[in-house]
Amino acid sequence: MRLVKRRWKDVRVGDFVRVLSNQIIPADILLLHTSDPNGVCHMETANLDGETNLKQRRVVPGFSTPGKPFQPQTFSSTVVCENPNNNLNVFKGYVERPDKRRTGFGIDSLLLRGCTVRNTDDAAGIVVYAGQETKSMLNNSGPRYKRSKIERKMNTDVLFCMLLLFFMCLIGALGHSIWLETFTTMPSYIVPDRNGNYTPSVLAGFYMFFTMIILLQVMIPVSLYVSIELVKMGQIFFITQDVELYDEELDSRVQCRALNITEDLGQIQYVFSDKTGTLTENKMVFRRCTIVGTEYRHDENAARLAVVSGANEEEEDTLYQQTKLPKLPLEELQDSHTGDKNHANTQVTAANRHRSRVAAGAQCDMAFSTPLETVVVPDRKLTLEVDRQMASILSGPYLDFFLALAICNTVVVSTVTAQRQRDKGRSNSDGSFHIMGQWFRKGSLRNVFSSMKFFKRDGETLADPFAKDEDEPDMFHSSDVSDSTTGQKVLSSEGEVKRSLSRTEEVCYEAHSPDEAALIHAAKAYGFTMVERTPYHVTVKLPDDTLLKFEVLDVLTFDSTRRRMSIIVRHPHTNEIIMYTKGADSAIMERLGNVFSDMSQVDNVAKQIAVKTQKDLDMYARDGLRTLCFAKKVISEKEFKAWFAIRQEALSAIDEKEERLMDTATNIENNFTLLGATGIEDRLQENVPETIQALRRAGMQVWVLTGDKPETAINIAYSCKLLDHEQDLVFTFSTNRKSVCKMRLEDTLGEVRRSSLSPGAEVQFRGNNSGFTLMEHSIGLVIDGPTLSMAMSDDLVEQFVELCKHCRAVLCCRVTPLQKSSVVKLIRQKLRVMTLAIGDGANDVNMIQAADVGIGVSGQEGMQAVMASDFAITRFKHLQRLLLVHGHWCYSRLANMVIYFFYKNVAYVNLLFWYQFYCGFSATAMIDYWLMILFNLLFTSAPPIMFGIMDREVSDSTLLSLPELYKTGQHSEGYRRSTFWIAILDAFYQSLVCFFIPYWTYNGSDIGIFSFGTPMNTVSLFTIILHLAIEIKSWTVVHWVIMIGSVLAYFIVTLAYSAICTSCNPPSNPYWIMHKQMADPMFYLVCTLTTVVALLPRYTLHVLRGTLAPSPHLGARQLERLPPSRREQRIREWRGLRDTCISPSLRSQEHSSSPCPTA
Amino acid sequence: MASSYNAKEEDGHLSGSAGLGGTAIRTRKPDNTAFKQQRLPAWQPILTAGTVLPAFFVIGLIFIPIGIGLFVTSNNIKEIEIEYTGTDMSSPCFNCSQNFSWNSTTPCKCVLSFTLDQPFESNVFMYYGLSNFYQNHRRYVKSRDDSQLNGDLNSLKDPSKECEPYRVNEKPIAPCGAIANSMFNDTLDLFYIDPNGTKNQIPLVKKGIAWWTDKHVKFRNPAGSNLTAVFIDTAKPVNWRKPVYELDTDSENNGFINEDFIVWMRTAALPTFRKLYRIIQKKNNMTPTLPRGNYTLEVTYNYPVRSFEGRKRMILSTISWMGGKNPFLGIAYITVGSICFFLGVVLLFIHHKYGNRNNSSDIPN
Repeated sequence: MRLVKRRWKDVRVGDFVRVLSNQIIPADILLLHTSDPNGVCHMETANLDGETNLKQRRVVPGFSTPGKPFQPQTFSSTVVCENPNNNLNVFKGYVERPDKRRTGFGIDSLLLRGCTVRNTDDAAGIVVYAGQETKSMLNNSGPRYKRSKIERKMNTDVLFCMLLLFFMCLIGALGHSIWLETFTTMPSYIVPDRNGNYTPSVLAGFYMFFTMIILLQVMIPVSLYVSIELVKMGQIFFITQDVELYDEELDSRVQCRALNITEDLGQIQYVFSDKTGTLTENKMVFRRCTIVGTEYRHDENAARLAVVSGANEEEEDTLYQQTKLPKLPLEELQDSHTGDKNHANTQVTAANRHRSRVAAGAQCDMAFSTPLETVVVPDRKLTLEVDRQMASILSGPYLDFFLALAICNTVVVSTVTAQRQRDKGRSNSDGSFHIMGQWFRKGSLRNVFSSMKFFKRDGETLADPFAKDEDEPDMFHSSDVSDSTTGQKVLSSEGEVKRSLSRTEEVCYEAHSPDEAALIHAAKAYGFTMVERTPYHVTVKLPDDTLLKFEVLDVLTFDSTRRRMSIIVRHPHTNEIIMYTKGADSAIMERLGNVFSDMSQVDNVAKQIAVKTQKDLDMYARDGLRTLCFAKKVISEKEFKAWFAIRQEALSAIDEKEERLMDTATNIENNFTLLGATGIEDRLQENVPETIQALRRAGMQVWVLTGDKPETAINIAYSCKLLDHEQDLVFTFSTNRKSVCKMRLEDTLGEVRRSSLSPGAEVQFRGNNSGFTLMEHSIGLVIDGPTLSMAMSDDLVEQFVELCKHCRAVLCCRVTPLQKSSVVKLIRQKLRVMTLAIGDGANDVNMIQAADVGIGVSGQEGMQAVMASDFAITRFKHLQRLLLVHGHWCYSRLANMVIYFFYKNVAYVNLLFWYQFYCGFSATAMIDYWLMILFNLLFTSAPPIMFGIMDREVSDSTLLSLPELYKTGQHSEGYRRSTFWIAILDAFYQSLVCFFIPYWTYNGSDIGIFSFGTPMNTVSLFTIILHLAIEIKSWTVVHWVIMIGSVLAYFIVTLAYSAICTSCNPPSNPYWIMHKQMADPMFYLVCTLTTVVALLPRYTLHVLRGTLAPSPHLGARQLERLPPSRREQRIREWRGLRDTCISPSLRSQEHSSSPCPTA
Repeated sequence: MASSYNAKEEDGHLSGSAGLGGTAIRTRKPDNTAFKQQRLPAWQPILTAGTVLPAFFVIGLIFIPIGIGLFVTSNNIKEIEIEYTGTDMSSPCFNCSQNFSWNSTTPCKCVLSFTLDQPFESNVFMYYGLSNFYQNHRRYVKSRDDSQLNGDLNSLKDPSKECEPYRVNEKPIAPCGAIANSMFNDTLDLFYIDPNGTKNQIPLVKKGIAWWTDKHVKFRNPAGSNLTAVFIDTAKPVNWRKPVYELDTDSENNGFINEDFIVWMRTAALPTFRKLYRIIQKKNNMTPTLPRGNYTLEVTYNYPVRSFEGRKRMILSTISWMGGKNPFLGIAYITVGSICFFLGVVLLFIHHKYGNRNNSSDIPN
């Protein structure tokens, strides 16, 4: 049997495929074999559903052959499964063996395409769905073709242009017929056809219609589309070049994946954001804990984190220096107790940090293991306490607390190798993967490695992490036999000498949730290191380097109803059966052993602890920390046996298995002894509150849609200032009954309407475009998934949307990806607003695609979101600059350019049209064809493109400090129908001027057609270029070069052309015309006068508007002129002015009996 | 115009600093140059009344004198137009205008007399003017073969398709096309009637009426020593009385390089136009070119304009640097200059009333 490497595209249904650890699965594969002795395979589904935790997949029952290599040739069964569908959570089928025995399997035996194999050396199986039929592909709704708002608007305006063209051609056709009708006999200048016949006037008019279309077709700005593409390319170039949007950590710039919607960034009205990974780092950081009623603030750790939040490389360096210094005494302190172990710990820190810098650009090394999360600086007081207990007694609440932290979880201990491999896998996961051939090679390699290991140990240059650790035979042993990984450890140590030198527990944790990772790292910081976990044992190393090997009796996994998990272990020393439980505070507190019933002395203490802990918990919650309580229960042997029997029964049950299991769990989980609680911070990304604040001030509504539970979501919402404790009136919608939902909706809506209508000043503000509508937005709405789906049902949707309009902030929790996208769609369609969705996970893909602008945050959760997005950024805070600066620029640039383009074409073409009145509507052009073509192609094409790419009305710093300026884009003030028509009118006026001033000048003279056209052409050029010059807001070198270059190009080309072309290009024959004209002073007089007259109205209007009714932008531009100190002051004044405008109405609002959320 | 260079210093030297650390790691960090970061020094004009006031006044102050100059110049140009279409019964040319035929062998002659009230001092340009003649009709304009006119022998034998239907009349037509075919063929002669009654023909110069480049570069006779021999295999345009090689006796003004022909071939831009016919050169400084007095114009009336209700004129005009008489431009300059000046005053007023508000601490809302 041979295994060969194949490309993904060559994988067919029925193929046997082997996937190695950290490889991406190429198809939906039915798992038939894994290297794991228990027949399980771990898989990371972040690419699919955004969950970073590992999912377990099992070999189809009965096919597990632990320890033996997979032998596909012996597989002779038939696999029957359902038709391909897009449900990621359901899969059914069976395997029929030759002897007609059928074994069923479900989703837990299916490896999904796009996921990554983790913690399993290799997994093999048979492909059941491949290519487009795989579940992940079926879930991919495909990209939506997005067209920007301006372009949509522009297209209707192009239609107007066509209508205009039609009428002009119609006038030409009618004019020609009528003109021909006036002749009784044909004059000599009307040329008959070849046979000497004259076309009847009606028919000639009919033909003339089409001739006119050809003549005047420039009216339809085809070149506009090309220019827009060029402009957008330029805009994208500048966006991607922005050094402020560059992320040094990941070495990535902002990516513009959609090339055609840059200007939409300047018109966003609603922002829909994902929470985890977008607003937050999705890095859980241990912040504080409280143990038996004593709170430990972990100030040192907080100090470290405060500096880390800078997240800059240099900063991180200095941070390390800073944090290391105050730690020194602590280290010494600890060294006296625990040898140099802690010192080593510090080195690990250094190594970690170093590594994270070196590997900048790669993804984070593994789930939840950046130094930010893993490194916890112990609280000195607590360390002392722990050491005291360690020294005196081997049990105690402190030890119990940390043991619970260390073992009460589902964290898998993995090795460095897996981690390294993952890095590699990430870097070259370009589609090719190894089928089983790899296996053999790897097998042989493994032998080499293991022999090498021993050799190395003797040679002793690169220390194996465990080579000298004679204290840890157990661990050494276990890691040796457990997997093939030990061999590779050597490999790992080659690469990182520094790491291996640390010679300590180089364990890595693969946690199912970031919280668990944070907790286990916290425990590790205090010396409680979990070094091994098997299904039956869990080993913890204590601060004094002794190992405790607990026998795991049972694990009661976490579920959302109980909201807690427990682990039942047998203590190796005391032989007691102990249950450690962790869970949400309410889930633990209500089950404390009769604290509140009994009044005995002991219980009184327990009660006090409970009360104190509860107080701390409240404080944590206020600070936006995620809280978890830890409790312990000692179970008597008898009780356990009784319970275990029931448990076994439940486990083997077929009906209502879930319920029964939960019942059993609930039965044992009571009478806890409270150990303590932890506060974990889901760290907000830097500057998130500021960004949200700025987006708000820019008039955007920010919604947060998250799959997370309401409590967490609300916590985050408060900490990122989405909701405000003082100002916001928060309504929470969470119900299972539609009638209730309906009632709530109606009530709230009524209340909101009343409060928003009562103050008279409010209406005034709404009328004013630039005014604030803050008052009615001080309403927050929190709604959960099920309620949301009810609210979005047909009969309630109108009310829901109405309510949403009034809300300043909306927070949707527990929503599915589909709901996310339908919310976005709903708002986009019902309110007809521009929406932006930002997210980082695969669960945000739908939303990103549904919104007008989708932004992917390239974070830790795979690339799905980025692939689906239009723009990809690395941090949420970049959104501020992307929208307020680049969005604004792109929008105003493009809007101005489009308007200008319409103007330009109409102004030029109308020259030809006016001439028709003087040439018998015969479609003569008085301008040489080539010059006409070149006029659009060469002489006037570069300036508008440059204008669209480089014009800058207000500088970025001003735009950032005055987000209110963004509102012009939101209200589409740059490009409205009226703007369009004004431009067209102006074009008509200018073309009239450009035609009739030369006309009256040359009328009755002996001027030839093309001599007549030359000054017109020149005048048009000057008018069109100078018109743009009026519109250009800032002149850089590039502007000057292009503008002057265009004019020069015109003269050079025209002069050259009319000098060379003696008998070419009939009939115009431009020979020497330009020279003749330029030798005539009249030419210059005509050009000057015409240009001045043509531009006078626009110029005057600009001046008057600038003086009498200056736009906010003009004000901002004037601000920029001021010296920095004055500018700051003015900006404050400007803001202050607005605030004072708001606050009276705010006050009157408060007094007008509306229920204000003031505490 | 407001102007301020808010040049921010470039810190382009930072670009590529990543490579300085010895580790040649190529980062994707964008270059921190003024161009890429859109921080090029820029001139940002702000259009407000205060800043553009001078522009308006300057335009006004420049335009008004120019306008006056133009107006005066135009008024100094002397010009007289004599219409000789003969639509009117009383007109001497009435008879000639009635019997129209392109090919009539007997030329119809008519004589018009006119009086110059003022002497024409400098060189006088004699024009014929046609009105309602659409020389700019698209198909008419096209109907010519420039390479034929440039002396190309192939085009002489095989004129361009554009010339249809005036391309071939048994033999290829030279010059082909509708423009040539409809060439103006009236002959105009001017006589000065002495106060004592004698009729003096005024010498008309027929050279130098076409563009030099047209005469010497664009229009060329086909190569050959004898024009008659060169054009032997060609037919004359249908409406012409004489073949092209008999347009003039002077070999320098015959064939395609006949200046009357060249002038005609430069199609007029507008349906009412004039074309230079002859030049009356100033004899000496003592006597005016055309003294005050009576004149007669003798017209050999060949060119029919009745079918399109055209008018034919003879125009005598002196010429200035600005060409013929046209008061429009002068008036336009004066008007525009005045408007600018007026706007300047209005803006000054506005600036005083509202401008200060902006320049002080008040921020527009």
